[in-house]
Amino acid sequence: MRKNWFRRFSGVRNRGINPQGFHISQLKFYLVLLPLAAFMLLPIVFIFSSAFKPPDELFAYPPRFFVVNPTLKNFTDLFSKMSSSGVPVSRYLFNSIVITLVAVAASIFVSSTAAYALSKKRFKLKQTLFAVNTVALMFVPIAVTIPRFLVIERLNLLDTFWVHILPGLAMPVGLFLLKQFMDSIPNEVIEAAQIDGASDLQIYWRIILPMIRPAIATIAILTFQAAWNNAETSTLYINTESLKTFAFYLSTLTTTATGANAVAGQGIAAAAALIMFLPNLIIFIFLQSQVMSTMSHSGLK
Amino acid sequence: MPGRTSLRKWLYKEGNAYGFLSIYALMFFIFIVVPVLAAFLLSFTFFDTIQLPRFIGLRNYITLITQDDTFMKYVLPNTIQFAVIVGPGGYALAFLLAWVLAQLPKIPRTLFALILYSPSMTSGVAMAVVWKTLFSGDQIGYLNSFLMNLGIVQEPIQWLQSPDYLMTIMIVVTLWSSMGIGFLAMLAGILEINPELYEAAALDGMSSRWQEIFYITIPSMKPQMLFGAVMAIVGTFQAGAIGVTLSGSNPTPQYAGQLIVNHIEDYGFLRYEMGYAAAVSVVLLLMVLFFTRLSNRLFASEE
Repeated sequence: MRKNWFRRFSGVRNRGINPQGFHISQLKFYLVLLPLAAFMLLPIVFIFSSAFKPPDELFAYPPRFFVVNPTLKNFTDLFSKMSSSGVPVSRYLFNSIVITLVAVAASIFVSSTAAYALSKKRFKLKQTLFAVNTVALMFVPIAVTIPRFLVIERLNLLDTFWVHILPGLAMPVGLFLLKQFMDSIPNEVIEAAQIDGASDLQIYWRIILPMIRPAIATIAILTFQAAWNNAETSTLYINTESLKTFAFYLSTLTTTATGANAVAGQGIAAAAALIMFLPNLIIFIFLQSQVMSTMSHSGLK
Repeated sequence: MPGRTSLRKWLYKEGNAYGFLSIYALMFFIFIVVPVLAAFLLSFTFFDTIQLPRFIGLRNYITLITQDDTFMKYVLPNTIQFAVIVGPGGYALAFLLAWVLAQLPKIPRTLFALILYSPSMTSGVAMAVVWKTLFSGDQIGYLNSFLMNLGIVQEPIQWLQSPDYLMTIMIVVTLWSSMGIGFLAMLAGILEINPELYEAAALDGMSSRWQEIFYITIPSMKPQMLFGAVMAIVGTFQAGAIGVTLSGSNPTPQYAGQLIVNHIEDYGFLRYEMGYAAAVSVVLLLMVLFFTRLSNRLFASEE
């Protein structure tokens, strides 16, 4: 009996890449991964822990990492608060939700239509345009903050809702991943539909979109993260307080928390940080298998 | 009219394709192409946002190289130090972790992948709250309290305001959040490799895991390696604002954490010397281009 048990976990079957089950040779990997994963989780556990800490625990000496008497006080404080300019916190959160939803929907639409053209249509500039997009993968937006500001100013987009959405729509990584994924759909499927008289729009809507769901999930996550976590747009391009995002509000908390309201500030900042982080995590957990299947098409040749 | 019929023919043949591309192409042009071109053009001008840009040739670049002491003494060495450790370091770490994860069965692998990826989901503004508490300069800061308990330090250290520690903390924090989509792509790439390759190599007498990595794993997933490399480079330079986020000031204390991105912001938004800032931007873009070219050399598929 014991021998059998031992053989089960020490045979050749479960060695090497992508094993089916546990094997003794995997122990060393767990030994490396467990402490590392614990270390990497620390700051994230800390977000959860401090969001529920009552004030005396937030400022206890010596400091305690884990919360002892969890309370929702920080959250109720957060939502009963007004920003210094008189906008309720719920307004920032509302803005963030609307902006993120619109950005995700628009980004999926814009990138997937473009990917359809680059993957399945025939036209002269196809290779060139895809090459341009591939070069743009290395585009570092932060490097051109200033000319971007000038462009946005010229287009009269300053202080509008659209400035939150439009710049993010040009997402080279998104188009790249979608196009690569679409390449794996056999052309025969599309040719068959064309023979049946389907128009491009019908092919895109009825055939392509359902078949690229994993890639769409990936684009959705990437756009979500970019839009939801974005404080910069509000800082640079928005003057009207009621048009700014929750991420921006959080950034004001950390810069003023050193001032007079440090005691009140830290609790609500911790609660706000949790609200910022949690949606990212939940969405990724739900969509992770889709993301992984998209990533196997991500190669750059 | 021949011109019209050929236009109609072209529209019939290729019109739909351009139609599908149009919105993306427009956004791409407005928010990527134009800003890059504008940075390039502005870099040859003097521009203070009040008067029109005035052409001054290469003077911005000459000033940058010969007269900008901060740039040469702090910003450039800092950027290189930061980029070399976070870029290749983070990249190698991402590959090794992806490889280790690939040796595990699906459920623990997914769980660990989620844990390692989760820091890259956090946003700078949310994490600023955490870092400021963990590295707080007084004795209720977690790191200080921990080290004082162990007796390693006697007095609390101003971690984020100290020129001695700021850079190290910046590097650790950035590495912590560097397991992004490049990491996921490499993990997927390793899992895609045909297991028969390993069996064949084992039959040919290959015995060590390191040999496997260098002769089978990496060559079989060059495209993913390259994608990961590009993501690592972009991530590294994009992460440049971290010093200002941590220390709460631009310039950072004694320029200890000043990176090229902060230098651009310093000149562009604080001193309104847009032309000069644009020249620094161009230098930054060229650095990214150079490193991407380099990784292209390393991982280009032979075809």
